[in-house]
Amino acid sequence: MTELAIEALGLTKSFGDTKALDGVDLAARQGSVLAVLGPNGAGKTTAVRILATLLRPDAGAATVNGFDVRRQPDKVRESIGLTGQFASVDEDLTGVQNLVMIGQLLDLPKRAARQRADELLAWFDLTEAANKVAKNYSGGMRRRLDLAASLVGRPQVIFLDEPTTGLDPAKREDMWDVVRSLVSDGSTVLLTTQYLEEADALADEITVMDHGRVIAHDTPHGLKRVVGGQRLTVRPADPARHDDLLEVLRGIGGQVPEDDGRGTVTVRVDGDEVLPDVVARLRAARIGVDEFSLHLPSLDEVFFTLTGTRSRDDSQEALV
Amino acid sequence: MKKRFSLRHALVLCKRNLIKLTRTPEQLIDVTLQPIIFLVLFLYVFGGAISHGSQHDYLQFLLPGLIGQTIAMSSISIGQNMNADIEKGVFDRFRSLPIGRSVPLVGAVLADFFRYLLLCVIMVGFGYILGFRITTNPLLLLAALGISICFALAFAWVSLWVGMTVRTAGAVQGVMFLLIFPLSFGSNAFVQASTMPGWLQAFVNVNPLSHLVSAVRGLMLGGPVATQVGWTFAWIVGLLVVFFPLALRGYIRRT
Repeated sequence: MTELAIEALGLTKSFGDTKALDGVDLAARQGSVLAVLGPNGAGKTTAVRILATLLRPDAGAATVNGFDVRRQPDKVRESIGLTGQFASVDEDLTGVQNLVMIGQLLDLPKRAARQRADELLAWFDLTEAANKVAKNYSGGMRRRLDLAASLVGRPQVIFLDEPTTGLDPAKREDMWDVVRSLVSDGSTVLLTTQYLEEADALADEITVMDHGRVIAHDTPHGLKRVVGGQRLTVRPADPARHDDLLEVLRGIGGQVPEDDGRGTVTVRVDGDEVLPDVVARLRAARIGVDEFSLHLPSLDEVFFTLTGTRSRDDSQEALV
Repeated sequence: MKKRFSLRHALVLCKRNLIKLTRTPEQLIDVTLQPIIFLVLFLYVFGGAISHGSQHDYLQFLLPGLIGQTIAMSSISIGQNMNADIEKGVFDRFRSLPIGRSVPLVGAVLADFFRYLLLCVIMVGFGYILGFRITTNPLLLLAALGISICFALAFAWVSLWVGMTVRTAGAVQGVMFLLIFPLSFGSNAFVQASTMPGWLQAFVNVNPLSHLVSAVRGLMLGGPVATQVGWTFAWIVGLLVVFFPLALRGYIRRT
């Protein structure tokens, strides 16, 4: 039996009248990546804050690296690294000062703290900015420094709360590479995300949350089977050919194309094998296209499939 | 399984606060310009009226009093800063580290030692330029500054408690002013208590700032000091016993 690095059972947490978590179970095997997928306000951050001992749950139990988050918070804190949704670095300190400070708080001797800081700055491509005050870092640099700060103590369990939100696509890929290398070093990663694509790229298992509850838990493969794999989105060059396009797409794979009302048509497909066929049919019907893309379903589409309702982005709850 | 408080950790965070201080030196106004301005204003505006023309006599009386008053005023900033600081993400980081819960607060108070030291040096230095002279000896002067700084570091916990309790940094200032004005003016810092009505004398005589000011006056200018030094240390211990746990509880509850 594989040990669980993270296990939560029935976590409940309320803020005033708002139930942020309503009986949440989470589990991540040692050395694996668990993605917690959900919209703002789903309770992802609250769950992470409880597992990282920043918040106490109202009810339920959780262990991290085998230690109870309520009874052995310091043992948990020795095992974890936390990267918050909002970069938790000290803006008045330089990059190297930030990392040396964390190292010293983790009882590294000054020299070792400095060495570890230099190592991490080099890894995250921040060596040149090492002696600049973090206030002057770009958003991406701040994220990287934040992640570096959470890795100073070589934690066995790493929490990444929406690590790529707000990053441009190239930076996002870099972050993904970092996560992969952390796992190959044997760490366990719990990351929260709003993108199925990200969860699919990184996770061994995905837990989908909505309104403080777990609504699905599966492998990426299993989840995609439920939500129907990829989508093909096409936009005709001539808006007048919209109905002809619908007709063409209705002919493939037997799925009903969805008209999003903004001039594009989306249809479920079972992989990229159908693409040559679609292209041939479009050419035969002489329909020119402005957009032709194959992608995983968006969070909205996942939620529509799982719950039958569109996900609600409740900014009030997003604050908790 | 409580992680023990470690002085080494507190010193690391003390250093953090000192670095932050060097990034925004205007945070030092309350311990540099403020004592100078107060000294000039009180001496030349009230000095003549209070001491019937002898400004030198009043300066000798006023300076120890102003040390007490400016120490109380300068305590506001630690509560304000911590109130603003704690909203920043770096406190999430501190909370996720295996360090004692009180370490971030103790680190901030330790850093304030240097601010109060600066305040004392400026007050006495500028006083000397205006003509203030101690009539005891340098050792007792150091004792006077030492007891002042000890009192300041204990009083800082009141400000930290307020900072952890109220919502905004602005409110910290409001609450602290409400507390500091009666304490500093309802004391023997600016005029002899014997000139006040009886009910006010009763308050002045138990006011911790009065004890501090009397102790500092005795150590700088001579006279019996043992009782006042004793009362001052009693207040220092009392403030710590009450407000350290309150501030810490406020910090832990604030998430």
